[in-house]
Amino acid sequence: MAEMMYWEAIQRAHDEEMARDPLVICLGEDIGVAGGTYKATKGLYDKYGPLRVIDTPISENSYTGLGIGASYLGVRPIIEIMSVNFAWLAMDQMFNSAAKVRYMSGGQLTAPVVIRSAGGTAHQLGAQHSARMEKVFMGIAGLRVVTPSNPRQAYGLLKSAVRCDDPVYINEHELMYNMKGEVPDTEYFHPLEGSEVARSGTDVSLFGYNVSLHWCLKAAEILDKQYGISAEVVDLYCLSPLDRQGIRQSVAKTHRAVAVGEDEAPVSVGSEVIAIINEESFFDLDAAPVRINSATVPQPYNHTLEKATIPDHEDVVSAVLKLFGKA
Amino acid sequence: MKPEDKKRVLREMVVHRRFEERCYQAYIERKIGGFLHLYPGQEACCNGVMEAARPGYDYVITGYRDHIHAIKCGADPKRVMAELYGKETGASKGRGGSMHIFDTEHHFMGGYALVGGPFPLAAGIAKAIQLKGGDEIAICFLGDAANNQGTFHETMNMAARWNLPVLFVCENNLYGIGTAIERSTAVIHQHKRVSGYGIEAAETDGQDIEKVYDAALVAVQHVRSGKGPYFLELMTYRYRGHSMSDSRGYRSREEEELWKQRDPIFILRDRLISEQAMTMADYEAIEKDVDHYIENEVIKFAEESPEPKVEDLEKYVLAERDTQRRWLTGQA
Repeated sequence: MAEMMYWEAIQRAHDEEMARDPLVICLGEDIGVAGGTYKATKGLYDKYGPLRVIDTPISENSYTGLGIGASYLGVRPIIEIMSVNFAWLAMDQMFNSAAKVRYMSGGQLTAPVVIRSAGGTAHQLGAQHSARMEKVFMGIAGLRVVTPSNPRQAYGLLKSAVRCDDPVYINEHELMYNMKGEVPDTEYFHPLEGSEVARSGTDVSLFGYNVSLHWCLKAAEILDKQYGISAEVVDLYCLSPLDRQGIRQSVAKTHRAVAVGEDEAPVSVGSEVIAIINEESFFDLDAAPVRINSATVPQPYNHTLEKATIPDHEDVVSAVLKLFGKA
Repeated sequence: MKPEDKKRVLREMVVHRRFEERCYQAYIERKIGGFLHLYPGQEACCNGVMEAARPGYDYVITGYRDHIHAIKCGADPKRVMAELYGKETGASKGRGGSMHIFDTEHHFMGGYALVGGPFPLAAGIAKAIQLKGGDEIAICFLGDAANNQGTFHETMNMAARWNLPVLFVCENNLYGIGTAIERSTAVIHQHKRVSGYGIEAAETDGQDIEKVYDAALVAVQHVRSGKGPYFLELMTYRYRGHSMSDSRGYRSREEEELWKQRDPIFILRDRLISEQAMTMADYEAIEKDVDHYIENEVIKFAEESPEPKVEDLEKYVLAERDTQRRWLTGQA
């Protein structure tokens, strides 16, 4: 196991898949000569050339559509949308073409594209560069949605996404590209479905993904050491389809649940997790499940205001303490 | 065009006309639901271009007025009609409907219902052809109003920059839904709009199939020989409204009559008669034969075909699980 950064893991997955199959290509803004805003495609232009590593114009909807059209003929495009905020512009092609073409063609066509983008709030990027959009993507039939919380997943999810015949959206996080972690030395395919128990526990289930998973892990540490509460942390790396069985199994064990996300509460990942808990685990519950989300405001620029919109591990700790009547 | 091709295409155009008129009737009878966008008046466009191209070999993509483009590529009219009836035997197994006919076996890559949506898809198909090194071309048929979408400009730019083998055919029927082109669009002649991207373009009469064919030969040759994209504008007219709820209050009956005097089928028919390649009696026999075919084969097949099963409702949302197991579960 080698330790590498999140961006390096993504770069490695690109490189391996492109070396294996000449029909794997990548396209996006600044991914070629410039090497990618987050370095995820570093070195690929020199290695594979401009026909396969394509610096696109700033035309998100149409270069996404171009990738989808190419995928109809067996090409496997990895499309990088530099910031998830720009993916709003590509939603027509993502939803109306990629997600629906298999169904509306009666199974004749499929769009095996991978669309990656950096989401979430970084540092003072303002309202139009700080969106969390996973909630939108996960509600679309025909589209798979995954979100890596560490370099191992970032590598293995991209590998599987390239091979899968369905369109896959990969939600990365702006603040995680330099995160270090272990990645298997040999080829590894992370499952595109399911969830992972990131920390086993018995008293409360904390559901997180991507950046919020790390708030949950930190909170679990504090809850254990300072309050003697054993929290189980479940990594929902797959947002569509959500792992109903994994959610049910954890709640059956702990009887309490907190869903944690960086998105705004209305129609959030947490809304869906709690709906599933209601459907699957209602009679297992000892307390009403709660969710923790960002404030429902356009992201402010001011540092203090920005910080106030985003939850952290302390919010998770206090929510859990409330569940146990300790706050 | 060769005389025997002209006679063959005349019959095809009669099939296309009668097919669409029969759809209208079936819609009134509530056999067909949803939206229905019909093609009468524009037949020379699709037929002229595809006669110059290679139907079933070149990749074709279009908008929601798509029945005839699918048939011209090789889709069986029976299966297209069955699709309109929502049947399991339909071109898209009853899941698509009028606006979403697909027949990938004949390289008809579908009808799409977001105006301008197919532009980038066509460029992507062309990109795939370029990567694979084949000599097929992508042909994108859309109306004039699609050119007011951002995808038009974004795609023209990429297609030109990357020298993609794609032919854009603009069927300029002068109306975007119910708004006349001069009321919505700064430039009526659409081929002028691509000159800013350095794309070769031409305009011709879309009612005379031989003019369409001649212009399309140049266009297809340009694209297939590796010279990059081409934009062909065909001036035409749709006789019916945009869809079925359209009473055509936005244009005069006189204007419609004027265009009907330049009917693409009659232009070709009269030319063949004047060239003494056929007689009016021959033409009437074709009409009769086609009517019989549409009624006794096409409609009969659609009527008698089974409905999709409700238990198959979720089929085709995603790829069959068994084929994807390794990527979904991580288990070899």
